[in-house]
Amino acid sequence: MARLIRTEKEVEGNYTEQWVVVEGDDALEQWPEGPRSVVGQPAPRQDGHQRARGQAVYTADLALPGMLHAAVLRSPHARAAIVAVDTLAAESHPLVRAVITGEQLAERGLAWMPTLSHDVQAVLATDEVRYQGQEVAFVVAETRYAARDALALIDVEYAPLPAVVDARHALDADAPRVRDKPDNHVFDWEAGDAVATDAAFAAAEHVSACDLVYPRVHPAPLETCGIVADHDPITEKLTVWATAQAPHAHRVLLSRVTGIPEHRIRIVAPDIGGGFGNKVGLYPAYVCAVVASQLVGAPVKWVEDRSENLMATAFARDYHMRGEIAATHDGRITALRVRVLADHGAFNATAQPSRFPAGFFHTFTGSYDVPAAHCRVTGVHTNKAPGGVAYACSFRVTEASYLVERLVDVLAFDLGLDAAELRMRNLLRPEQFPYRCATGWEYDSGDYPRTLALALEMVGYEELRKEQAARRDGPLLGIGISFFTEAVGAGPRALMDIAGLGMADGAQLRVHPSGSAVLAVSCMSQGQGHETTFAQLVAHELGIAVDEVEVVQGDTERTPFGLGTYGSRSTPVSGAATVVAARKVRERARLVAAAMLEVAPEDLEWVAGRFQVRGVPGACASFREIAMAAHSDLELPDGVEGHLDAAAVYNPPNLTFPCGAYVCVVEVDAGTGQVAVRHPHLVHVSITPFGRNGPKAGYAASDLTIGAASGSTAS
Amino acid sequence: MFSLRINGSVREVDPPVGRTLAETLREDLGLTGTKVACGEGHCGACTVQLDGSPVLSCITLVHTVGDREVTTIEGLRDHPLVEAFVRTDALQCGFCTPGQIVSAAALVEAEPNPDVERIRHAMAGNLCRCGAYPRIEEAVLTWRD
Repeated sequence: MARLIRTEKEVEGNYTEQWVVVEGDDALEQWPEGPRSVVGQPAPRQDGHQRARGQAVYTADLALPGMLHAAVLRSPHARAAIVAVDTLAAESHPLVRAVITGEQLAERGLAWMPTLSHDVQAVLATDEVRYQGQEVAFVVAETRYAARDALALIDVEYAPLPAVVDARHALDADAPRVRDKPDNHVFDWEAGDAVATDAAFAAAEHVSACDLVYPRVHPAPLETCGIVADHDPITEKLTVWATAQAPHAHRVLLSRVTGIPEHRIRIVAPDIGGGFGNKVGLYPAYVCAVVASQLVGAPVKWVEDRSENLMATAFARDYHMRGEIAATHDGRITALRVRVLADHGAFNATAQPSRFPAGFFHTFTGSYDVPAAHCRVTGVHTNKAPGGVAYACSFRVTEASYLVERLVDVLAFDLGLDAAELRMRNLLRPEQFPYRCATGWEYDSGDYPRTLALALEMVGYEELRKEQAARRDGPLLGIGISFFTEAVGAGPRALMDIAGLGMADGAQLRVHPSGSAVLAVSCMSQGQGHETTFAQLVAHELGIAVDEVEVVQGDTERTPFGLGTYGSRSTPVSGAATVVAARKVRERARLVAAAMLEVAPEDLEWVAGRFQVRGVPGACASFREIAMAAHSDLELPDGVEGHLDAAAVYNPPNLTFPCGAYVCVVEVDAGTGQVAVRHPHLVHVSITPFGRNGPKAGYAASDLTIGAASGSTAS
Repeated sequence: MFSLRINGSVREVDPPVGRTLAETLREDLGLTGTKVACGEGHCGACTVQLDGSPVLSCITLVHTVGDREVTTIEGLRDHPLVEAFVRTDALQCGFCTPGQIVSAAALVEAEPNPDVERIRHAMAGNLCRCGAYPRIEEAVLTWRD
């Protein structure tokens, strides 16, 4: 993997942008000089040993005194009326402590809960089951075995009904109705300029089109979802340990659903074994576990099994797309037009900013200079599990990239042009940034042609094309190219919220007298290494060592409010909040240092982790000395508080728009269709070399599989 | 009630018939380093060694263990592979990692210098959802560095 890195060079406080290509593991040697003494340097992963040794504590590892275990009875039908539910035999099981049904929840007003997309979702079904795997009853027992045995003792009488599982038929006049509504329509949403786009197509020299299905896929983190809910009947305080990518959002939602006041709810996310968007939402069984704990007065643990995870927790994709691309004969793209049918399942529980029911799908103009573009997305209900946005830098960015890259390939094929050359002709040029695309996004920066050129060079593209042309027998040679721009780091609170919560995040930084620090952030690692990345940011800003910074996350009582980790937002949002807080700390330190050195604060400059008197290199105070002085009996001027702690909330002015190029070379056996990958080459633009596996490698592998399975790999 | 030999010590257990080795380790003995990710023998997260051979503890009934020595990640905490995994950044979420290390430890015990093909073959039963495979290979290749 190579990286094209944008960095900054500082000369006397003036920052200038620099681009550098780094390859291999000695990448850091190639970084330009600049403010990068800690950030960008490799650091031992702070949580590496504990995870490797099996000492990380995941939700399933928790055991509380008196803890009970739960299991969920799920619907075997895609759609059926519930005629009767008989729980008597299950309740008579000697180890069973409670059996909860939809009817019981309805008595408490809890049979339905709000989703993240202005819809409601059944916690436990009352009238009808609407997808296979839907939650019907919740059993609490002294052991997990007993709870699961008791599921078999519950007698549910179903009257099966016709189901609709194909989005393409969801709006048919005779389609079974998924919900108690006249039809299965969820929303229509559009972006871009329809009139200008239609005009560009009418005037086009050439139009290519293709239909694409991006099938439903599952995030499938290795650790499934789970919860331990502990309601204390005396203090009426609820403590929840859960696989939560967004603990603060979970607290707000749980409070809204259950009516328990927010200040009486504490959410703790223990270590998380991968999330990929699967652990953003609030699932029905979480609510059941809370209710069960209230009912029985003991902690209740529920951990889903793999089948439950695959059947019922949030899926991703499920987009039926028709794309059209207009171009000149020589391959200059003039317009894009897209129609999407989005399958949202039985409940619209998509986790995404409220104003964007199709997420950031309108990044579908991709990395190209496209004068006119328009998309219309229609969301429908089907008798399938809810979800919609999860997995791999989504908010529908992946669907959008897939669409535009396939369209460009089809266009190249139709025009008889080289797919790389066609991309080069249309990629945005560095001087066009900041660039406002036809659907309204403002891209911040990038050097796209150089990124693609690097990927092509790495793979030996020219030679490969010659080899492909010369090949007469043996396996077929396929060369797939993809270039992406994604929209991450959501987002500006004036533009986006989830369930009414603006997408700004806080950071709190406490500095001890010794100069070591504790940083509390609202985001939550699922294994990305926040403990190290955020410690690096603080260490860099304060001139202390990485291992002198403890990063606290995943506990609503120890961290400031914020919307959590998904959509590649932790570093852009919480990372920025961290840096702002650290710079506030530094400014507080400046005032204390001024008192220590008996000079005016403005006479001090920050050099290599210390404040020194301008022009007097010997007169200085290190951050550690300042931290001690800030807590000491040093007399401080009026208005200077002492101590160094600071907090910040970061509201991003815009999203960030990373880009990258992929070239994948495969050999295909013409007889059997077997595909062998020869060179997957990834070129990413990134700001830190930490976490070099990244999730990207996993995504690349799964996307290869998805592409192969849907019969739509690049030619 | 019977005895299990685990990580060099003898532990008394009294599991009901049908209990898996993974459940006994995790729930009865508090050895939660062994993870259960699929519960049906597909993913390898629950790998432990029986007399040095890797087995899937989520589909091994504890009553079948007999007097074989059980080695879990807790018994391999000081193994050089742990350091190799951290050094080479061979883990992300860490949920599969204990199982990876237990499998790799069995491999390098039998073959101290396995080549890439051998590593791929021996570790094929351990899935990593985060996609750390190239680093895992590197960790096992360089485990003694």
